[in-house]
Amino acid sequence: MTGRFALTRGILAGLESASSLAPGVDRLILALLVTSLLVAGTLLALNLCFIVRYRRGSSAPRPPPRSSSTVVEAAWIAGTTVVFLGFFAWGAKLYLDEERPPAGAYEIAVVARQWMWDIHQPNGRREFNELHVPIGTPIRLLLTSEDVIHSFYVPAFRLKQDVVPGKTVSLWFDATKAGTYALYCSEFCGSKHAAMTGVIVAETPERYAAWLAGGAPEEGRGRQLFTRYGCAGCHEPGATVRAPLLAGLYGSRVPVPGGGFIRADEAYLRDAILRANQFAVAGYQPLMPSFQGVIPEGDLLELIAYLKTLGAAERPASGPGGAAP
Amino acid sequence: MSADAPPPGYLAAEPGILAWFRTLDHKRIGLLYLFSITGFFMIGAAAAACMRVALLSPQGNLIVSDTYNRLFTLHGVVMIWFFLIPAVPNVLGNFVLPLAIGARDVAFPRLNLASWYIFMAGGALVLYAIAAGGVDTGWTFYTPYSSTYSNGHVMAMAAGVFIAGFSSIFTGLNFIVTIHRLRAPGLTWFRLPLFVWSLYATSIILVLATPILAITLFLMALERGLGVGVFDPKIGGDPLLFQHLFWFYSHPAVYVMILPGMGVVSELFACFARRRIFGYRVMACALLAIAALGFLVWGHHMFVSSQSLYAGLVFSLLSFLVSVPSAVKVFNWTATLHRGSIRLDTPMLYALGFVALFTIGGLTGLFLASLAVDVHVHGTYFIVAHFHYVMVGGMVMAYLGGIHYWWPKISGRLYPEWIARSSAVIIFLGFNLTFFPQFVLGYLGMPRRYAIYPPEFHTLNVCSTAGAAVLGLGYLLPLIYLPWSFFRGAPAGPNPWDATGLEWRTASPPPPHNFEETPVVTAEPYDYPPPP
Repeated sequence: MTGRFALTRGILAGLESASSLAPGVDRLILALLVTSLLVAGTLLALNLCFIVRYRRGSSAPRPPPRSSSTVVEAAWIAGTTVVFLGFFAWGAKLYLDEERPPAGAYEIAVVARQWMWDIHQPNGRREFNELHVPIGTPIRLLLTSEDVIHSFYVPAFRLKQDVVPGKTVSLWFDATKAGTYALYCSEFCGSKHAAMTGVIVAETPERYAAWLAGGAPEEGRGRQLFTRYGCAGCHEPGATVRAPLLAGLYGSRVPVPGGGFIRADEAYLRDAILRANQFAVAGYQPLMPSFQGVIPEGDLLELIAYLKTLGAAERPASGPGGAAP
Repeated sequence: MSADAPPPGYLAAEPGILAWFRTLDHKRIGLLYLFSITGFFMIGAAAAACMRVALLSPQGNLIVSDTYNRLFTLHGVVMIWFFLIPAVPNVLGNFVLPLAIGARDVAFPRLNLASWYIFMAGGALVLYAIAAGGVDTGWTFYTPYSSTYSNGHVMAMAAGVFIAGFSSIFTGLNFIVTIHRLRAPGLTWFRLPLFVWSLYATSIILVLATPILAITLFLMALERGLGVGVFDPKIGGDPLLFQHLFWFYSHPAVYVMILPGMGVVSELFACFARRRIFGYRVMACALLAIAALGFLVWGHHMFVSSQSLYAGLVFSLLSFLVSVPSAVKVFNWTATLHRGSIRLDTPMLYALGFVALFTIGGLTGLFLASLAVDVHVHGTYFIVAHFHYVMVGGMVMAYLGGIHYWWPKISGRLYPEWIARSSAVIIFLGFNLTFFPQFVLGYLGMPRRYAIYPPEFHTLNVCSTAGAAVLGLGYLLPLIYLPWSFFRGAPAGPNPWDATGLEWRTASPPPPHNFEETPVVTAEPYDYPPPP
């Protein structure tokens, strides 16, 4: 394993490999590279050989060539198809691993805007163009954009995710080595696109916890937002308006008018806040106003993070080696 | 005129410059396109040269980011819509297609001339947008940046592309009808040269896909000009919808930028190896299969865009499948050399260069079709290198090979062979030195469209710029010796290559009506006599 990994590193010119998924991606790249070299080398050799041997005027014997052969054609088509399907399956398997975060990953919110990365750590500590993460811990980033499409790209992790305005997307990784890794915006986003870079600071959970605690966190900021935007006025026990209670909402199945259920994931929470009139809950009057354009993206992410903690008490707590707040 | 001058032909049929602007002769219209796209090529190449020089320094000391962003947009828009897409179909297709099928002209000569005027009107608008201050969206016009945030001349640029699109549609329509209706007696479908097959497949794509681009740009303009929410989520739109629509056109358009090149290269292999293309029918069907499957793979541009996970899986699978016919073509070209009688004249050097570079472009396409690898290299220099290998290494090599192959027919004269061979070799070497380092840069993580970049990418960028200088020299040579040979070259005679196509059965340059009498086809294509 270590030997193969070193080989990969050597051939692929030594780009840092610092996430749990990166070695797998490199192995696939290496396999593609070897296959490509074999195919290209064979073709080159054949072409050169034919060009020399069958140059005009050469004495090479030329029995009349066949102008086509069903067997040869079928073999070429079948052979390439089988090899290609193999590579498809291999790439797809890794992609599924990349796209499906493990349960209980540690979540950090990222807001992209022209031209900066605005990071909201779980305890409310903010940082710009720098993202501190604990190593050996599955991290799930929840990303959104306030303006145009950006793309969150960390070459050392072999990971990239477009950050699209109007929706929350996610990206997960497990940093395996402490270090500082380049972060790029890789979707053109305007004048200073090339300057929209940053670093990922991966460190041991202990150091990360110390760093997190040292940054004057705004304790309970999600709760403050919940009150400030007036959510508490209706959605708390004892409110005068009859609205759904939100404890335990995240991850549950919400009945919708007209029958059926919708799963309350992050996308649902976002839509239900911004466009409440389209996301009524069965059995409740659609009274909630739309918050589209009212809540900035950063606040929205923190509000959603707060909603996810409600009712989390009933479930086993999760966090990076006790570092979570 | 000296005694050994070639017959005057179509070039002297109607005197005066003005006659060229009123001509209905497909050959003259082909030359109008040749002059126009050569001009556009030089503009696009100048922009590329500025970028490569700027990238000599990681800090981008030469030009500011805003200028750089305008340069790569200019380069992309001009090179794709005003050079690559019209290159082989509108120049070589216009000139050769009627001759190759034994026809007097295309089916609709007036529409053909109108198509050139529309093309130039679109081009004029694009040049206006550039002169007025430029556009910084990239040729992809991604929303909501293009529709809401960019402050360049997006509307004029998009309008230029929109208008030029109608030129594509008209040409495609014209070629489809021409191939269906105007084939010479005896020229059945499976006797057509593969170049004609490739123009047919290309035309189908042009007619079906280009309207989608028009609609997409129109919707983008609607949002930018009138604030109608289509793509910007702030006013109720969906930014990914733009990408789906854009790539539904632009992926098939990628095949417009390679299929005709494959057709040209098949002609060259057959002529310079002096034998029938191996697996002729499979080659023809592969062209159609690529054209059809090309409509189903647009989502592979969007693996990291947050489209559905399952959409990503399906698009990856289909992208691998569309590579199969391309791979088969490369194998068949190689097999065509077997037991041939090969001569490395300039067109054949370009054809071999095409196969080498297209193979690398195609193999790296497999990296990009593999989902997890694409996640890493998407939006980096890896993809820049990949598509330049296909479009420049592939299409431009095929275009130059075709220009050299049919130049004696176009001009009636021969170009200086040794300079031409040298330029083919210089272009091949310069191209590899320019773009191969970019594969490595991409793997190492350098994003594309960066005016400034981290210092660790410096060395490879210097290599790439050095290669661009060599490549520029290689492109300069034909721009000098081809015009020279147009006036001073030795007369070519009707068939300097001893080639089999119908276009070689008439004078060089051909008379205005192409053939003195309608040719009758009695043999299979590429019916070369067996070597002694």
